[in-house]
Amino acid sequence: MIGEADLFMPKVKELYVNGKTVPVDVDGERSLLSVLRDDLDLTGTKYGCGEGQCGACTVLLDGNPIRSCRTTAAEAGKHKITTIESLEKDGQLHPLQEAFLKMDAMQCGYCASGMIMSGFALLQKSRDPSEAEIIRFMSGNICRCGVYQRIMAAIQDGARALQTK
Amino acid sequence: MNSRDTQILEPGPCGMNPPAPPPLEVTRRDFFKTLGCGVMVLFLVPAAVAQEGGGRARGGRGGRGGGAAVPAEISAWIHIGEDGTVTVFTGKTEVGQNIRTSLTQAVAEELPAPLSSIKMVMADTDLVPYDMGTFGSMTTPQMASQLHRAAAAARGVLLDMAAEYFQVDKSTLTVADGKIFRTNADRNQAVTFGQLTKGRKFTKTVDNSTRVTPAGEWKIAGTSVPKVDGRDFVTGKHKYSSDMKLPGMMFGKVLRGASWKAEMLSVDTSAAEALAGVKVVRDGSFVGAVAPDSLQAEYAVNAITAKWADPPPDQPTDKTIFDYLRNNATAGGGGGGGRRGGGGAPSAGAASAQDAPAAAAAGAGQTLQQTYTVAYIAHTPLEPRAALADWKEDKLTVWTGTQRPFGVRGELAQALGIPEERVRVIVPDTGSGYGGKHTGEAAVEAARLSRAAGKPVKLVWTREEEFTWAFFRPAAVIDIRSGARNDGVITSWEFTNYNSGAPGINSPYRIPNQVAVSRSTRTPLAQTSYRCLAATGNNFAREVHMDELARLLKMDPLEFRLKNLADARLRAVFEAAAKAFGWGAAKASGGRGFGIAGGTEKNSYVATCAEVLADTASGTVKVVRAVTAFDCGAVVNPNHLKNQIEGAMVMGLGGALFEEIEFEKAMITNPHLADYRVPHFADIPKIEIVLLDNKDIPSAGAGEAPIIGIAPAVGNAIFDATNLRLRSMPMIPDGLKA
Repeated sequence: MIGEADLFMPKVKELYVNGKTVPVDVDGERSLLSVLRDDLDLTGTKYGCGEGQCGACTVLLDGNPIRSCRTTAAEAGKHKITTIESLEKDGQLHPLQEAFLKMDAMQCGYCASGMIMSGFALLQKSRDPSEAEIIRFMSGNICRCGVYQRIMAAIQDGARALQTK
Repeated sequence: MNSRDTQILEPGPCGMNPPAPPPLEVTRRDFFKTLGCGVMVLFLVPAAVAQEGGGRARGGRGGRGGGAAVPAEISAWIHIGEDGTVTVFTGKTEVGQNIRTSLTQAVAEELPAPLSSIKMVMADTDLVPYDMGTFGSMTTPQMASQLHRAAAAARGVLLDMAAEYFQVDKSTLTVADGKIFRTNADRNQAVTFGQLTKGRKFTKTVDNSTRVTPAGEWKIAGTSVPKVDGRDFVTGKHKYSSDMKLPGMMFGKVLRGASWKAEMLSVDTSAAEALAGVKVVRDGSFVGAVAPDSLQAEYAVNAITAKWADPPPDQPTDKTIFDYLRNNATAGGGGGGGRRGGGGAPSAGAASAQDAPAAAAAGAGQTLQQTYTVAYIAHTPLEPRAALADWKEDKLTVWTGTQRPFGVRGELAQALGIPEERVRVIVPDTGSGYGGKHTGEAAVEAARLSRAAGKPVKLVWTREEEFTWAFFRPAAVIDIRSGARNDGVITSWEFTNYNSGAPGINSPYRIPNQVAVSRSTRTPLAQTSYRCLAATGNNFAREVHMDELARLLKMDPLEFRLKNLADARLRAVFEAAAKAFGWGAAKASGGRGFGIAGGTEKNSYVATCAEVLADTASGTVKVVRAVTAFDCGAVVNPNHLKNQIEGAMVMGLGGALFEEIEFEKAMITNPHLADYRVPHFADIPKIEIVLLDNKDIPSAGAGEAPIIGIAPAVGNAIFDATNLRLRSMPMIPDGLKA
């Protein structure tokens, strides 16, 4: 039996992550999630299911939230990748991160990166999202500790903070 | 135990090894070597307590077995260093219940010292005293109580030192914010904890007799302190086990069997061995591979071909499991079933207690017999099992997410044939557990692969592995037979649980003739503890049955409960939940219905009201609103407590409505989040929490108990809305069916 790894696979040599071009040397078939975590040490993005069902691995690709576990390094290509690590600027948390702290919108915290990245993407598109809009937009993100009500409140609080900025 | 407030004053320069009386010499020497000078307070518990449930001899520091001369073991310690840093050492693990914060509050309260000056060292078996594990909601009643006492004793030591420093009587001193003040001096003079501990090596041992601040006087405990390291989680900086990395690290993956406990007949690893950078590891039926990246490790294991024996032919499926459990019960009341007579009085022997309900039922106005079932469900922690193993000169270090670091140390030692002293288990704050991470499967696998590869190996279970090869909350069949007079007084109660166990099996209602039995059975899947154990299913069965009885008697479900309830704390939560919910204000109509349920578990009291919108035509049920009133004694952190209650209700909603493990031929058939539905944003009702802060009652742990009310409350509300009585958890796996 021939392993799939024996087949020819284009290498990816660089990625555009958090505003910088970073050199990598990885098989294009590898998941973006694995390359971010294992090669670039950006471990804020989490593995939750590998099936695109839980949202723990959410990053932005050209501003749109995607499941990095179901996106290959080759697909990520030259697109702009944004991860949780880029939200804090000069020691200042993004208002949405502040809102998650204020609302205590986490327990174990494992879903928090993906929740914040999805919420961040929503707030880029909608300045004042309704509850229904948040539920629809965030439906692919799972918090197994069940703090959904607080995450909703945090997104709305983050929206208010962004409006008054 | 007798007071052991012995003080060992050690004058002399820091760094000099002091004469070291047993039993603490090794600990103390290592301790000062590691942390430098300061004040150290050790909390001692009787050895019998420390060993309870442990059973096996333990090695390593702080884990000495108690000989005749050593009647106590250390369960926690606090060090106050020369820079004023307070370091707390405990074997408890943080899995999202926010004990890193609540335990910090306990220490900050008693010293008192700023929260930011307190550092918690948790769940590192080389650094912290032995601990049985983090389960059973025991951290708050036990560890927090011990840390309150250790910190209060540390305050006493620091006051003595400050009295010497100022040359005054200590009654003229006050402590605040990590400093001690001369209160009666012309000007306020202060000395910091760090100034006092400089160059000192002072050890004190304390026990449960140490006095602490009453909850009514708390200033830091009892308040909504934010998660102490919350910033690390919203920035992605916190490192879970699965985020750990070491130089030269490889990625591991293990070959899984074709079914649970399947015997390997043959295996061919040649194709995998031919892959670049791959090392195949084989040790009996343990077969795995390591590779430079996780995808290559996956390819390698996929390239291994193996033949497995079929499972035994009589395997049940998720459709036949309940008959299987009933038919495979062991004789007699196995499983430690509870049994008691009316009002908690001891029953007059098993035989007469068994007969009494039947006799009482014969004279009842209404009798009812029903069966309830509970499906197998999965914990589904968002961080699957993961471990990083590293061997250095015969010493194994493993980072892994587990609720029992010392238990996993024992598992590793046994699996790898080395003494426990040569194993170190470090548990980073973990991506949840819910009672499902007691064991160290991933840790053992990573350690075996790492030893064979000669390199550090990280191994992260896939979601499919987590669903398939972890453990499940046990399925159950529950039979209830009851009788009640027409005036609403319950006269008899027989409760039998098959398989899931005794927790929550006794009715909290005042029933003169009550029998409860827990029966063990053969089980087709690996099952283990889960948040609140069997209490969720047992409370579901009882509280749905109570609703059924109330309907038979044409009584309001709340009124019926209160009529049969003497327990003041349980009555209080029922009344508080009903008031906040507006119970009775509206009647069921147009698919809208209301339900109530409650119970007591782990020294906490829970009552939940739910409002549902049910549509039998489309089969949909929406839980619109849920109110839980909760009493766990003195509240340690109101906001975090509310968060735990909300989370438990949401988790409980999953098991109530749609979570169900499907299986056949000893194999899970829905091991994916697409097929195993956990609660999502759209499933969440408006949740309201009412806290009854009973400051005179010691705080109980509250991570588990609030899960028990939601399932029966929702089930009863669905009946109110539709007249459909649902007696199986989950209630609507395939939608509501008329």
